[in-house]
Amino acid sequence: MHEIVGNATFVAELLGPLSPFVDVAAVFLPLLGAALATLAGGLWGLPRNDRAAQTLTCLAMVASALASALIFADIAVEGGAARTHVLAPWIQVGALQSFWTLRLDALSSVMLMVVTGVSAMVHLYALGYMRHDRGIPRFMAYLSLFTFGMLMLVTADDLIQLFFGWEAVGVCSYLLIGFWYEKPRASAAAVKAFVVNRIGDFGFILGIFGCFALFRSVAFGSLFSAAPDLESATYALGGLDVPVLTVLCLLLFVGAMGKSAQLGLHVWLPDAMEGPTPVSALIHAATMVTAGVFMVARLSPLFEHAPGALAVVTVVGALTALFAGVVALAQTDIKRVIAYSTMSQLGYMFFAAGVAAYPAAIFHLMTHAFFKALLFLGAGAVIHALAGEQDLRRMGGLARKTPVTYVLMAIGSLALAGIGVPGVFGFAGFYSKDVILEAALAQGSGVGVFAYGVGVLVAGLTALYIGRLFVLTFHGKPRTDEAVFAHAHEASWVMLVPLVPLALGAVFAGFWGEASFVGEGRAAFWAGSLVTGGAGDPLSATHHLAPIWTLLPVAAGVGGLVVAFVVYGLFPRFPGWVAAHLGRVYVGVANAFCVDALYDAMFVRPLRALGMFCRETGDDRWIDGYGPPALARVALRWGQRVRTWQTGYIYHYVFAVVTGLVAALVFVWSTLSR
Amino acid sequence: MSSLPLLSLITFLPLAGALGLFAFVRGDDARARRVGIVRGLTLGTTLLTLAGSLALLPGFDPAAPGFQFVENVPWIPRLGLAYHRGVDGIGLAFLVLTAFLTPLSVLAGFSVKTRVKEFMIALLVLETLMLGTFSTLDLALFYVFFEGGLIPMFLMIGIWGGEGRRAAAFKFFLYTFAGSVLMLVAIIAMVAHTGTADMTQMTGGVFAGDLALVLWLAFFASFAVKTPLWPFHTWLPYAHVEAPTAGSMILAGVLLKMGGYGFIRISLQILPSASEVFAPLVIGLSVIAIIYGSLVALAQTDLKRLVAYSSVAHMGYVTLGIFSGTAQGLEGAMMVMLSHGLVSAALFACVGVVYDRVHTREIARFGGLASRVPRYAAVFMVFTLAAVGLPGLSGFVGEFLSLQGAYLYNPLVAALASLGVILGAVYMLGLYRRMFYGPLEKKDLMTLRDLTVREGVVFGALAVPTVWMGLFPAHFLAVFAPATDRLLNVSQTLAAGSIG
Repeated sequence: MHEIVGNATFVAELLGPLSPFVDVAAVFLPLLGAALATLAGGLWGLPRNDRAAQTLTCLAMVASALASALIFADIAVEGGAARTHVLAPWIQVGALQSFWTLRLDALSSVMLMVVTGVSAMVHLYALGYMRHDRGIPRFMAYLSLFTFGMLMLVTADDLIQLFFGWEAVGVCSYLLIGFWYEKPRASAAAVKAFVVNRIGDFGFILGIFGCFALFRSVAFGSLFSAAPDLESATYALGGLDVPVLTVLCLLLFVGAMGKSAQLGLHVWLPDAMEGPTPVSALIHAATMVTAGVFMVARLSPLFEHAPGALAVVTVVGALTALFAGVVALAQTDIKRVIAYSTMSQLGYMFFAAGVAAYPAAIFHLMTHAFFKALLFLGAGAVIHALAGEQDLRRMGGLARKTPVTYVLMAIGSLALAGIGVPGVFGFAGFYSKDVILEAALAQGSGVGVFAYGVGVLVAGLTALYIGRLFVLTFHGKPRTDEAVFAHAHEASWVMLVPLVPLALGAVFAGFWGEASFVGEGRAAFWAGSLVTGGAGDPLSATHHLAPIWTLLPVAAGVGGLVVAFVVYGLFPRFPGWVAAHLGRVYVGVANAFCVDALYDAMFVRPLRALGMFCRETGDDRWIDGYGPPALARVALRWGQRVRTWQTGYIYHYVFAVVTGLVAALVFVWSTLSR
Repeated sequence: MSSLPLLSLITFLPLAGALGLFAFVRGDDARARRVGIVRGLTLGTTLLTLAGSLALLPGFDPAAPGFQFVENVPWIPRLGLAYHRGVDGIGLAFLVLTAFLTPLSVLAGFSVKTRVKEFMIALLVLETLMLGTFSTLDLALFYVFFEGGLIPMFLMIGIWGGEGRRAAAFKFFLYTFAGSVLMLVAIIAMVAHTGTADMTQMTGGVFAGDLALVLWLAFFASFAVKTPLWPFHTWLPYAHVEAPTAGSMILAGVLLKMGGYGFIRISLQILPSASEVFAPLVIGLSVIAIIYGSLVALAQTDLKRLVAYSSVAHMGYVTLGIFSGTAQGLEGAMMVMLSHGLVSAALFACVGVVYDRVHTREIARFGGLASRVPRYAAVFMVFTLAAVGLPGLSGFVGEFLSLQGAYLYNPLVAALASLGVILGAVYMLGLYRRMFYGPLEKKDLMTLRDLTVREGVVFGALAVPTVWMGLFPAHFLAVFAPATDRLLNVSQTLAAGSIG
C-alpha cells in the first residue's frame, strides 16, 4: 500500500519499517485523545476525571505533533518520498471510488506541521485558560476531534474525503463556538457559523458532483492528469459557451469562501468569537479558516486551467482584505479586531492563489498561523488578566502589569504588520506578505495590479488596526475599574509557555522559510504537490520589479504603526472626535457595513415567511383544502350515513374485517371451482 | 437451496408470538407481572426474528443473480397465484432493517401503559406484514402484506394515539387506502394480462405502451402516498404527531420505505419504460418535496411535526435517486432509506423521551436541556448530525450519492435539490438550539431525568449502525449493489429498446 522511492532520508532510515505507523499515528492520535476524553467525561458510566481528560488529550496531541515533525522533516526538509496510504474503502458506486486515504506530500506535511503544532500549543494553553470551566472533558474532546478532522482534510486524496474533513472541522467549530451554550449569543453564533458554511458547502458539493460528471473520478490524481485536456471544454449555458473547469472551480471556491470567511460568506467569523479564546486561536485563526486556501492550493493543477476562476479568486480575496481591514479599525472588542484581521489576511492568501502564486499563499498561511495564534492566545491572556474584559475601551496601561504578554503581543503585532528591513531581516509576516504583493504585481494582469494596489493599502490598514489594538490595550492610562486593574496579573506559566514557540515562529518562520517556500528552492521543496510555476510564473517574475514596488508595502506597514502610535498614544481623544464627525459612516463601519442586517432582511426573514406560507397556505389551505383530503371529505359525507356502523370497538372492526375476508375467500373459491 | 422455509419462519414468527399472546396471556394491565410477561414475550419474539434474519446473511450470495431463499408453493393455480417468497439484496436489506427496528420499537413501546397486550399484538402483526412485503414475489401476496400493514398501524394510531388520534387515523387510512385501491386494480389487470401474479415473470418488459403507463400511474398513486411524495404527504404529520412513539418509529423507519421499495421493485423493475417516461414527473415532485418539506419543517412549533416534515424532505432524496436512472442515484436512494430508517426512528424515540416525561411536544416549552440531561443531549446531537447529512454518519452517504445521481440526470435538478443540504441544517440545528441551548429556565425541566438504561439501549443500538454506515458504507452497499446494478442494466436496456 505504501511506497518508498526517491531519497533515502535520515528520517526514513531512522524509522525504517515503522514509518507507515508514524504516518498513521500523526493523524489518528488526536482521534484517540478525543475518544479517551469522552470516556473521561463521565457521561457513559465511568467516573468523571477532568485531569485524565486533559492529560490524555495533551499527550496524544504532543505525540501527534512529534510524529508530524518527523514526517515534515522527512518529506519537506529532506525531500523524502511522498506517499499515499490507502486505509479502507469508503463510498464506492460504479466509477465513483472514494477511499479513506492518507496522502502525504510536501503540501500536506506542511499543513500537518502547522495544524498539529498550533493544536498542541493550544491544548496546553487550554489547561490554564479553561482551568475553572465545568466542561473540561467536553472541551478537550472537541478540540482533539477538531484536530483529527483537520488532519483528515489535509491528507485527503480525493474530493469526498476532503469534504469529510471539511464538514468534520465545521461541526467541531459549531460545537466549540457554542461551547458555552447557556449564553444565547454563543449558541446563535454556533448555528450561524454552521449554516453559513453550509451555504458554501452547497457550492462545494455541486463542484464535486460536476467534477465526477466531467472526470468520472473524484481522485485528485485522475482530476489533475485529465485537467489540461479539458481546459477548452465548455457548457452551453443560455447561448453562451462557459468553460467547464471555470464553472467547477468557482463552485468549489464558493465552499472555500464559506470556510475561509471571504466577503459575502464572512458573517459567521466575527460572531464565532463567542467561543472560548483557545478555539478562536486554533480554529478561527490558524487552521480551519485556512482550509479554503489549502483547497485552492491542493487543487491548483485544476485551477491552473480555469483562468476565469482564478481572476474571481483574486478579486474576492482583495476585496475581502480591504473590507475586513477597514472594519477592523472600528471594532471595540479585542477578539473581533483580530477576527477581522484574520479575514483580511485570508484575503491576502486568496489573491496570492488567484495570481497563481500558490506557494506564496501557503507560505502566508504558515506564517499567519504562528503570529495569529500568538495574537489570539495573547489576547486570551489579556482577557484573563482583566477578569473577562474584552472591550478595548476599558483596557489600557497593561504593559506594566503583564510584561511578558506585552512582549509576546508586540512580536505578534510586528509580524502581522509585516515589519522588517528588506534584505536584512524581518518578522514572519514581512516575508510572506511582501512576496504575495510582489507576485500580484509581477503577474502583470489587470486583477493582479488591482490586488497589489489594494494589498498595499491594506498593509497600511493592518498596521494601523493592530497598532491601535496594541496601544489601547497596553499603553495609556488604565480605563478599567480600579479593582479589576489592581488585580490584573500575568497569566500562569502554563498559558505563557505555549506562546514561546509561536513567538519564535512569528519572528523566524519567514526568514527561515522564504528560500524553500517561495524562493529558488521552491520547485524542489514542493515537489509537484502544488503548482509552483503557475500561469505567468509570478514568483520568478518578482525579480524584475523595481525596488520601489517592493518597498511600498513595508513602508505602508511602518507608516500604519507610526500613525497608530501617534493617534492613539499621543492624542487619545482624536479617534473619538473622528468617530463623532463621521457619524453614520463610522456606525456603518463599526457594524461591518450592516451586512448582517441586510442578510436578515434578504434571506432570513423571507425564508421564515416562506416556511409559514408553505405550512399555512400550501399544506393547510391548498393541499388539504382542494387536494386528496377534500375528496376524502366528500367521501366522508357519504360515510356519515353509515356512521352508525362505527362503534369504536376494536372487536367490531376485527369482526367486520374477518367477515369480509371470509366472504372474499368464499367468492374466490366459488369462482374457481365453477 | 435450503430445505427449511427460512423466510416463512422469520416472517410468521412474530404472528405466532401475537397468537401466543392472544391465546395464553390473560388478566388485565393492573397486574404488573402480566405486563412484564407480555413485554418479555414480545421482545423475545422480535429478538428471535432479528436473529433469524441476521442468520440469512451468511447464506446469502449478493453476486448471484435472481432471488434467494425462494419458496414457491401454488396457492390458486387457476389465477396464477402462488405463495412465492424470496429475496434479493434489496429485499434482504429491508428485511433486516425491519427485524432490527421492531425490537427497538418494542422497547420504546414499554412506555405504553394501557391495553399493553393488544398493543404488542398489533406491533407483532405489523412486523409479520412488513417482513412479508419485502420478501414476496407474488403480486397478490405482495398486496396482502403491503396493505395489511395499514390495519395494525391504523389501530395503533387510533387507539394508543394522542388527543387528535381519531382524525389522524382516518386521514392516514383514507389516504393510503385510496392509493391501494388503484394498486389493486392494477394488480388484477396485470394478472389478467399475463395469467400469473409471479413478479419474476413480469420483469422482461411484458407490459408496454399505454398499458404500462396506466399501470405505472396506478402503482404510483399507492407508492407516492406511502413514501410520501409531495403533494400526497399531508397525512404524515398528523399520523406521526398522534401515533405513540413505537408507532412513529415503525412508521418512519419501515412503512415509509415500502413506498421506495415499491418504486424499485415494481415501477422500475416491472415497468421500466413507463418509469423512464414519468421520471421527470417524479424528479420534479422530489425536488419540491425536499425544498417544501424543509421549509415547512422550518415553520413548525411542534417537535414531532418538525421531525415528520424532515421525513418528507428526506424521502425526496429517495425518489430523486431512484428515478435518476443512475447507479449512484439508485444506490444512494437505498442508503438514504436505510439511514433514514435508523435516524428517523431514533429522532422519534428522542421525541418520545421528553414526551413521556413532560407530556408536551411544543418546542417553546423546552430550552437549556443540555445542562440538565447531558446524555440525552449527546444522543440527540448525534442523530441530529446524522439527519443533516454530516459525513462520517449514515445520512451523508445516501444523500451524496442520490444528489450525484441527480446531477448526472440534470445539474440544475441537483442544484435545486442540494438546497435541502442548507435548509436541513437550518431547521435541525435551529431545533437543537431551541431545545438544548440557552439557560434552563422552565421549572418542570429542572427535575428532568436523563436517559434510563432501557432508553440508552435503544439509542445505543441505533447509533452503532448509524456510525458504521457512515464510515464503512461498503459493507452495506455490498449487500444490495449487485441487485440494483442488475436491475438498472436490465431496465435501461428495456427502456432503450422500447423507445428505439
